[in-house]
Amino acid sequence: METNNKYSLSVFTENHLAILQRVLIILNRRRVNIESLHSSESEVSGVHRLTVIIRSTEETAIKLVKQIDKQVEVIRAFHHLEDDTVFQEIALYKVPSNAVVNGINIGSLIRDNYARILAIESDFMITEKTGHQEETHDFMKKLEPYGILEFARSGRVSLTKQLAQMSALN
Amino acid sequence: MNTQENMLLAVTKNDNVTSQKLSGADAIVQSLIREGIDLLFGYPGGAIMPVYDSLYRNANAINHVFTRHEQGAVHAAQGYARASGKVGVVIATSGPGATNLITGIADAQIDSTPLVCITGQVASHLLGTDAFQETDVIGISMPVTKWNCQVTRAEDIPEAISKAFYIARSGRPGPVLIDITKDAQLAEFDFKYEKCVGIRSYNPAQKVKTKAIEKAATLINMAKKPYLIFGQGVVLSEAEKELKVLIEKANIPAAATILGLSALPSTHPLHVGMVGMHGNYGPNVLTNECDVLIAVGMRFDDRVTGDLSRYATQAKVIHIEIDPSEIDKNVKADVALVGDAKEVLRVLIPLIIPNKHDSWVQEFATYHQVEKEKVIHNDLAPTCSELSMAEVIHEVNKITNGEAIIVTDVGQHQMVACRYAEFNKSKSNITSGGLGTMGFCLPAAIGAKLGAPDRQVIAVIGDGGFQMTIQELGTILQTGINVKIIILNNEYLGMVRQWQELFFDKRYAHTEMQNPDFVAIAKGYGVTGQKVTKRKNLNKAISEMLASDNSYMLDVRVKREQNVFPMIPTGASVSEVWLSK
Ligand SMILES: Cc1ncc(C[n+]2csc(CCOP(=O)(O)OP(=O)(O)O)c2C)c(N)n1
Ligand SMILES: [Mg+2]
Repeated sequence: METNNKYSLSVFTENHLAILQRVLIILNRRRVNIESLHSSESEVSGVHRLTVIIRSTEETAIKLVKQIDKQVEVIRAFHHLEDDTVFQEIALYKVPSNAVVNGINIGSLIRDNYARILAIESDFMITEKTGHQEETHDFMKKLEPYGILEFARSGRVSLTKQLAQMSALN
Repeated sequence: MNTQENMLLAVTKNDNVTSQKLSGADAIVQSLIREGIDLLFGYPGGAIMPVYDSLYRNANAINHVFTRHEQGAVHAAQGYARASGKVGVVIATSGPGATNLITGIADAQIDSTPLVCITGQVASHLLGTDAFQETDVIGISMPVTKWNCQVTRAEDIPEAISKAFYIARSGRPGPVLIDITKDAQLAEFDFKYEKCVGIRSYNPAQKVKTKAIEKAATLINMAKKPYLIFGQGVVLSEAEKELKVLIEKANIPAAATILGLSALPSTHPLHVGMVGMHGNYGPNVLTNECDVLIAVGMRFDDRVTGDLSRYATQAKVIHIEIDPSEIDKNVKADVALVGDAKEVLRVLIPLIIPNKHDSWVQEFATYHQVEKEKVIHNDLAPTCSELSMAEVIHEVNKITNGEAIIVTDVGQHQMVACRYAEFNKSKSNITSGGLGTMGFCLPAAIGAKLGAPDRQVIAVIGDGGFQMTIQELGTILQTGINVKIIILNNEYLGMVRQWQELFFDKRYAHTEMQNPDFVAIAKGYGVTGQKVTKRKNLNKAISEMLASDNSYMLDVRVKREQNVFPMIPTGASVSEVWLSK
């Protein structure tokens, strides 16, 4: 059995929502687990980039990319190992604003962990932390004693370590 | 999706830019006419009525074939496309009309048949509200179309249609669907039509790579036991002549996949038969003996390869294929030649050194002799009084000399017809290969006759599959189309019964059929029919049928419990062929 790795699929598409559905159909047909999904515009106007994090063998990743690439509205699709990309995720945490545990005020915990406060309401505040999943997860563990009212984490935003990825658009 | 934005990215060729004010429905019909369409298949209903009204007013320019079921319309369009090499066009209404198309669209997708399907949709302000006869046709058809899109504004219709035709027929062909809301059909706009000649994100024709071709030529030139398998790609790219030149020049034995049949005349000395589960003995077994395997326009379907881990592992594989996603999908290619089969072969042939492989070619003949003694002889000259399916096909060959188009359904009769039918011309074998869709045959035969009106079209159908689209006899009645129907009637879902016999201890669960009087039914639809039960009447019945100027049906009673051999059981290797139980 070939080992499963985490792959980042970068899919450059025309600005269409329908293509998102087509890509998901291809992944679902092969029962590939999608760990995260992110869609945004790219450096080229009108071209969207879709970043899908999957866990699969390299062989499956290659086959998936070919099947995605052949969709009419896909400009180019690529697969990368995690190490070949630079990526970030952003996490938001809603916590009680005046919480104190063991004499430590939540405000100093936030500062010490390079998180920042986005909004303060009368009884809660929303803080933000950017980082890899492990870091945002660790921070959540630290906040837990204060009580987390709500939590959300984004999909992965990633760029490759190559100079330029998309030469197809000339 | 935003169709307008979408359209901006399509490159168009501007032939005739003078605009005229038209309704969306008239624009649909005019767009089809600009694409050279003079025939389409369909079934009316509320959400497509404006288009039908336009067809009524444009009946002199475009002929509409009214089938008895939307599934029949798609299969007919498939038969038309495969017999003519053109794009088949289908129209249907929203909701149930559109969902009835899905089986045929899925069939066309897996068998790479170019279709443009146009469905009506509820008015755009009702989308997503569960309005009467609203279904998410875009969502339902997405997994089985090469491309689809919804149009909600009349002015987007011409570009959607031009894009649809371009996508359907270019690269690896396939079905596309455009869903057009009723308000878009009714609104008026300034119509002008520009043919699509390219789409930024879509690259259907890759440039052939010279280096890889040279490598392939070296492999072929050095090969001691080269073997070629050709698929439908040869038919779709019209590379029949190039295929023949290549195998003759290098003296390569060649076998067909089921959809490749008829790309090379059956009688060609290097045509060694068909590969696959019920293919010929030598072509399957010797796949695991050849040193270079050249696959042209085929996709190594599991019914061709059997157990992949024991498939041609000794051979260097050269894969000529237009769809890059097929390369290495099932069988790893040593040399991948991505491109149109005709173009690749044209560049390859001059690099090939004339060669002889007499003893290797002879090996196929030796295996054929064994197959003849163990299988073919019993099939063609059975000792029992009942007719065999093979005898019937053999009698047809004698009278047609391989000139007819043979359309088959799915089951034992299909495998027997594909094994025994002779083909002299390309585009003569029309069957549902990848999806195995029962009910395909009768409507596909109607479409094939319309696509090749000068040819004899013979539908070979099982008694089961016939009853899946039997209502298309009504289409024959109304259009007066001349197709010949041979029911190979074993009063069983024969292929399933065979599996029950071989793998389920003869527990015949729901495969025996009590059938109606097919001759009487045909008569009801104005089609002359005969029941044939005796060997001595067979030739005369077939002759009468083929001599008739009208559609004609034979209900041929064949031996009820007969099995199709050779057979490669599921999970076995191509070298583990069963010649009998
Ligand atoms: C729509 C559909 N349903 C079920 C099947 C499964 N199936 C494959 S062959 C077959 C039997 C076909 O019987 P018949 O048409 O009488 O042909 P025969 O095998 O007897 O020649 C069946 C049920 C299928 N291929 N397609
Ligand atoms: Mg039957």
